[in-house]
Amino acid sequence: MAQPVEITIPATGRKIAVPTGLFINNEFVPSVDSKDTIQTVNPATEEVICSIVAGSAADIDVAVAAARKAFNTTWGKNVTGFERSRLMNKLADLMERDAEMLAELETLNNGKPVRVARDFDIGDSVQCVRYYAGWADKITGQTIEVDNKTKVAFTRHEPIGVCGQIIPWNYPINMWSWKIAPALAAGCTIVMKPSEITPLTALKLSELFIEAGFPPGVLNTVPSLGSVGGAALSSHLDVDKVAFTGSTVTGRKIMEAAAKSNLKKVSLELGGKSPHVIFESADLEQAANWAALGILYNSGQDCTAGSRLFVQDTIYEKFTTLLAEKARAMKIGDGFGDVSGGPVVSKAQYDRVWSYIESGKSEGAKILTGGEKRPGKGYYVDPTIFTDVKPSMKIVREEIFGPVLAVAKFKTEEEAIELANDTSYGLGAGLHSNDANQCMRVSSALEAGTVWVNQYNMLNNNVPFGGKKQSGIGRELGSYGLEEYMSIKAVHWNFGEKLDWPF
Amino acid sequence: MPSTFTYEFNTPVYKGTSSFNTGLFIGGKFVDGQEGETIDVINPTNGKLITKISGGTAKDVDIAVNAAQKAFDTVWGLNIAGAQRGKLLGKLADLMEEHTDELAALEALDNGKTFGWAKNSDVAASVGCIRYYSGWADKHSGKVIETDENKLAYTRNEPIGVVGQIIPWNFPLMMLSWKLGPALATGCTIVLKPSEFTPLTALRMCELIQRAGFPPGVVNIINGFGSSVGQAIAEHPKIEKVAFTGSTLVGRKIMETAAKTNLKKVTLELGGKSPNIIYDDADIEQAVNWAVHGIFWNHGQACCAGSRIFVQKGIYDEFLKRFTEKARSLKIGDPFDADAYQGPQVSQIQYDRIMGYISSGVEQGATLHLGGERHGNEGYFIKPTIFTDTKPSMKIVQEEIFGPVGVVIKFTDEDDIIHQANDTMYGLAAAVFTQNINTALETAHRLHAGTVWINCANQLHPQIPFGGFKQSGIGRELGEYALANYTNVKAVHVNLGHKM
Repeated sequence: MAQPVEITIPATGRKIAVPTGLFINNEFVPSVDSKDTIQTVNPATEEVICSIVAGSAADIDVAVAAARKAFNTTWGKNVTGFERSRLMNKLADLMERDAEMLAELETLNNGKPVRVARDFDIGDSVQCVRYYAGWADKITGQTIEVDNKTKVAFTRHEPIGVCGQIIPWNYPINMWSWKIAPALAAGCTIVMKPSEITPLTALKLSELFIEAGFPPGVLNTVPSLGSVGGAALSSHLDVDKVAFTGSTVTGRKIMEAAAKSNLKKVSLELGGKSPHVIFESADLEQAANWAALGILYNSGQDCTAGSRLFVQDTIYEKFTTLLAEKARAMKIGDGFGDVSGGPVVSKAQYDRVWSYIESGKSEGAKILTGGEKRPGKGYYVDPTIFTDVKPSMKIVREEIFGPVLAVAKFKTEEEAIELANDTSYGLGAGLHSNDANQCMRVSSALEAGTVWVNQYNMLNNNVPFGGKKQSGIGRELGSYGLEEYMSIKAVHWNFGEKLDWPF
Repeated sequence: MPSTFTYEFNTPVYKGTSSFNTGLFIGGKFVDGQEGETIDVINPTNGKLITKISGGTAKDVDIAVNAAQKAFDTVWGLNIAGAQRGKLLGKLADLMEEHTDELAALEALDNGKTFGWAKNSDVAASVGCIRYYSGWADKHSGKVIETDENKLAYTRNEPIGVVGQIIPWNFPLMMLSWKLGPALATGCTIVLKPSEFTPLTALRMCELIQRAGFPPGVVNIINGFGSSVGQAIAEHPKIEKVAFTGSTLVGRKIMETAAKTNLKKVTLELGGKSPNIIYDDADIEQAVNWAVHGIFWNHGQACCAGSRIFVQKGIYDEFLKRFTEKARSLKIGDPFDADAYQGPQVSQIQYDRIMGYISSGVEQGATLHLGGERHGNEGYFIKPTIFTDTKPSMKIVQEEIFGPVGVVIKFTDEDDIIHQANDTMYGLAAAVFTQNINTALETAHRLHAGTVWINCANQLHPQIPFGGFKQSGIGRELGEYALANYTNVKAVHVNLGHKM
């Protein structure tokens, strides 16, 4: 059961051969001990797309062994930065070549609009791979002056080793590239567990690895359930580092498993309940556009979604009216249509988001727009804005991960900062103001790994990204992302000191 | 209208056609020089004319600077994201790689190095260098510096602007790449003068630069003489930085001119008389092989050539015997012969100069141990030459010869050898051969040279900086270090609360 299946994209008629096996040592193989499969579903139609092999803990063992062998023989210190760069640039070229096809597959499995998948998800991913390809031959240590007559001390920035990488379903291709790129640039080998909800593009991208010419075992892809493959990677004694993007709940489990097994290094990109603050001097039209983007992009399925909006009282009425218009103008539908947003990714997410909407209603928040289910097929959630919220409400405290916004009022800058920081999360934050000093003060005070000033959501591959507080550990992107995959060795080389004995 | 030059290669190692415009490349177009000058490009294997090309003067430099300034202000500099600059450099590297054989053939025709060396060493290194710098374009970050909570202080790495670049004839394409890479990555625009002796690969590159998508005016290439175009670049009030690789003599003039005009920033890669120190406990076979590469690579026409070969007494005789054998076995021939190691020197002037040093060596009483004469009857071929029994004061020991002439010197005292090695106004490179790591490191650390090779010689990588101590130069090329040459650091202090 490792043969490819042919999938037809209904909207375009394109036929795509999707591998269904586990990708280990540059081959697609069946599970070594299990007949379990994973069914992938189209969230716009609720229909099954295809079944793929579900990896078991034993398959993870095989993949880790393959990655370890490659690390010791054809990758790691056995390959030059120059060669890693060359292969990664080739991969980026191939991703670019296949962008249209990959976008259609992404939309089929995840639901996002196909032009967004192509121009943003894949466009950014290609640039991410190229960005890190450029770092591969620029990894330098330091020479450190100790004593010129007797000793040379220097550091080497070595690759950590075999890395387990666990990625989510909200930006399958983009999250895949954020993980593989810095790891490969540093010289690490990878066992990747894509989300069981959206594994298809990860499998298709694995084919490009063969075409680009990477040695076998450098990347291994094992779709499986989190509780199976994810757990196996986190507790594996021969995995040197695990990198995870997903919920805070799961992130805790991974860190615990790492601590209990071999103290593997852990980096986590977790949830958020990011505050978006609108001050009275802001350009209201622009701020409304950014605020709408902040909660509605990707149907709100974004770890940095600006899901708590704080509006200064002097502009509250005007701004919320504007914002509701923006929300209603957003066209949501089948990703292959002319739309700005698609369905949420699965039945489970759909039920979850709706239960939050119900809780918002039952805890007494007012609905400004949305909040009504659509009839018919597809996991659609229309933009929903709650006002008159209180800090204690579930919709204000907990991450919803859908297009659901909670809006509150504030009077002073100090109050806004206090409200914004009143969360256990710390991933993103945004503020809109034309007062430069205020921008500096507030961006300094906000407890978030990324603060947007007069913008939201826009990331760049060379600027780091990650969470404070319970939103995560470590940083992705930029040179900082590269450092997460390095292990520093200090070498003390004595060439002149003689040791007397007894000491 | 400047003409198109077409050359048919029909050789044992390469068959193909190369065709390119011979004009000045300014503002994205090929134009004649304002004063209608031309330059004769000579084939060093036979002294015959290959073609004439357009030659520029100060007037053309002025036009080019204006085009470069316009590009910098509108479509280059910080008007374009680093990732985009990097992408264009990546495309250029791809195009150069596609045209590897053609570029190698042109380089061999024009410079005289063999096609094999040109292809596997020069062109490969050039492609690697451009690719390396394409990766830096979006990574040259400034710093945020903490002072107190009332201030945000940060630095910006801004491109300098229009830069002038003057390159030599010994590695024409490679020197072009070392200059283009970091300058374009940081966002500078360029007015570049190739050597009047070896302009062909630079001219061929103009079309590749266009095809890669660099906007007009970003790269301008003006062939001409040092005394006209080079001088004009060094003097120009709107060029804020000049980078020069060539002789120490000319380097001084450029620095002087820069000082007298607009104090433009100057980086210089100049000459060398690099010592190669071979201890008794060296792996003698390896030392011989590297020593041959050290002085005979590129016909000795390398600024970092290991031209003073110091051999410790214990292995001197054996070393000299094997070194001479190897040197004698080097095949001299036409650059397009499949098994030639060495072609002609680049020009009549260089040939005369080297032969002059050889005569002086003989006159001053050194022993001419090998070679010392012309090879064949036409072209500028000189046989690999070895002198022994020299005195430190001899011209062949003090001065840079820039030809296939090695001086082998016996030494005994391990402490004194370092003084001897450092006893030169130059400080570009050095090599050390020993199996004792303590000796190797200690020697390396005491040598006054910008690059020290241990148990190797003449190894260059785009990631590792290269440049001179003392009169061998100012500044470093290659590696991250080269970016600083094309960067103006601006510190920004944002006051958030200090009241005056």
